[in-house]
Amino acid sequence: MASIPAQRTRPRFNIVMVLYILFMLLPIYWLINMSLKTNAEIISTFSLWPQNLTFANYATILTDSSWYLGYVNSMIYVSINMVISLVVALPAAYAFSRYSFMGDKHLFFWLLTNRMSPPAVFALPFFQLYSSVGLFDTHIAVALAHTLFNVPLAVWILEGFMRGVPKEIDETAYIDGYSFPRFFVRIFTPLISSGIGVAAFFIFMFSWVELLLSRTLTSVNAKPIAAVMTRTVSASGMDWGVLAAAGVLTILPGALVIYFVRNHIAKGFALGRV
Amino acid sequence: MDKTVNQKAWFLILPVLILVAFSAVVPLMTVVNYSIQDTFGNNQFFWVGLEWFEDILSSERMWNALGRQLSYSAIILMIEVPLGIYVALHMPKKKGFSASICLVLMSLPLLIPWNVVGTIWQIFGRVDIGLLGYTLEKLGISYNYTQNFYAAWFTLIIMDVWHWTSLVALLAYAGLQSIPDAYYQAAKIDQASRWNVFRYIELPKMQGVLMIAILLRFMDSFMIYTEPFVVTGGGPGNATTFLSIDLVKMALGQFDLGPAAAFSIMYFLVILLISWVFYTVMTTLDKRDGV
Repeated sequence: MASIPAQRTRPRFNIVMVLYILFMLLPIYWLINMSLKTNAEIISTFSLWPQNLTFANYATILTDSSWYLGYVNSMIYVSINMVISLVVALPAAYAFSRYSFMGDKHLFFWLLTNRMSPPAVFALPFFQLYSSVGLFDTHIAVALAHTLFNVPLAVWILEGFMRGVPKEIDETAYIDGYSFPRFFVRIFTPLISSGIGVAAFFIFMFSWVELLLSRTLTSVNAKPIAAVMTRTVSASGMDWGVLAAAGVLTILPGALVIYFVRNHIAKGFALGRV
Repeated sequence: MDKTVNQKAWFLILPVLILVAFSAVVPLMTVVNYSIQDTFGNNQFFWVGLEWFEDILSSERMWNALGRQLSYSAIILMIEVPLGIYVALHMPKKKGFSASICLVLMSLPLLIPWNVVGTIWQIFGRVDIGLLGYTLEKLGISYNYTQNFYAAWFTLIIMDVWHWTSLVALLAYAGLQSIPDAYYQAAKIDQASRWNVFRYIELPKMQGVLMIAILLRFMDSFMIYTEPFVVTGGGPGNATTFLSIDLVKMALGQFDLGPAAAFSIMYFLVILLISWVFYTVMTTLDKRDGV
């Protein structure tokens, strides 16, 4: 009999988790459910699963250029942003994690404020800045605008990982005659590869999910998928199936890599500090 | 870690400095510029001093938006933090298959683009085609988030809880993982109650990460734009017009540059203050952990 209380705790713990995960998944399931129905079915009948399974909504997106170009545009500026952010953030994060120098704490704080600043404040000046230099409606404009929050994010996350690498490794390498660039590329970068992966993932994600700046800075040529989606809502107002399918497709990139970063998600959101 | 003093490290920082200066300082100076000048078009500006700031500070519109914003942030924090801790306490303690599955499924909402989060709840809450709206309607509760004040707020709050509680839970879970088994065994020997274990072992150990979670959630909810923009567009009326939505309406909708700029600067100063608190918490944590 003594073992019964111990066993009882297990089902109870499961129920909380099951309910919570159900709460997490239900809205997502509903989106997938909608994306597999025709518009006529969505409006006429209320059902928990598609009665006439159809992939027409996905076909619409993958064949209509105004839809799939949205994905292409998003992918392009997200990739540019990822490369820029990582390249400039890596040396900076190394400097912050290893050296103390004049104004280092102030700089580190200033970077944080940029990660935290509301995009709404920057929307108008960005619009004017990039219009005046002729970059409006280009991928590079959005990529540069997103460095505002992604570079600080990358610096903070990478610094968090780098401080975990013992300083003795650096010193040994220098004694062994490595120059700084060679040491950095050959020895240090492999050591923090998981950190770079996590940083890249979060750069990708925050750039992928951002709507306000990317919408403000583009009109036609570089219009991101997020903006394409909002336009469709207001224009037809009825094309729920396609809208749901577009939503499902934007979730996919995150869902595909989530397993690999599962242990680092909290760390990434907490800027490498957990 | 004790760091070497090396002023040459500045060269490693330089690229970041130039890039962020270009994308943060230049635009911010434009805003400062607008906030103290007025224009009749044609790029002719004249000095108005602090007039716009006085305008904004005495305008009902700004204070209302701020009030709504603070209530929103307060409500979601009051729900998400306790719920997040509760969920974290029930997660599988040992690393393994079930813990991985829990982590993956819980994190899903965190990785969904914010406008899609909006879209999901826009559909989910509709009375005609959404599961939530339909169920509530069948239960005899009148629910329409585009017309009804309470329904709109309810939708936005449950959406945020859905979207972000997992973050609090994951951070709290990370804090719990760092507690050595010996602590629990000692508590068992002392016959400590479940509540006492929580109060005197788990909560103190989670304190740091919980601070981070609260600040992150406060900050991000304070800047929320995309989700309410997609779901309610700030309506019904102005019921869900939060600070960012109001600011974008003012700046890009009406092109009231002066007031919008003054608004931006005050908004930014508030964020600066919170960032400073955040930074202080982070650095004390770093020191305490002795890294």
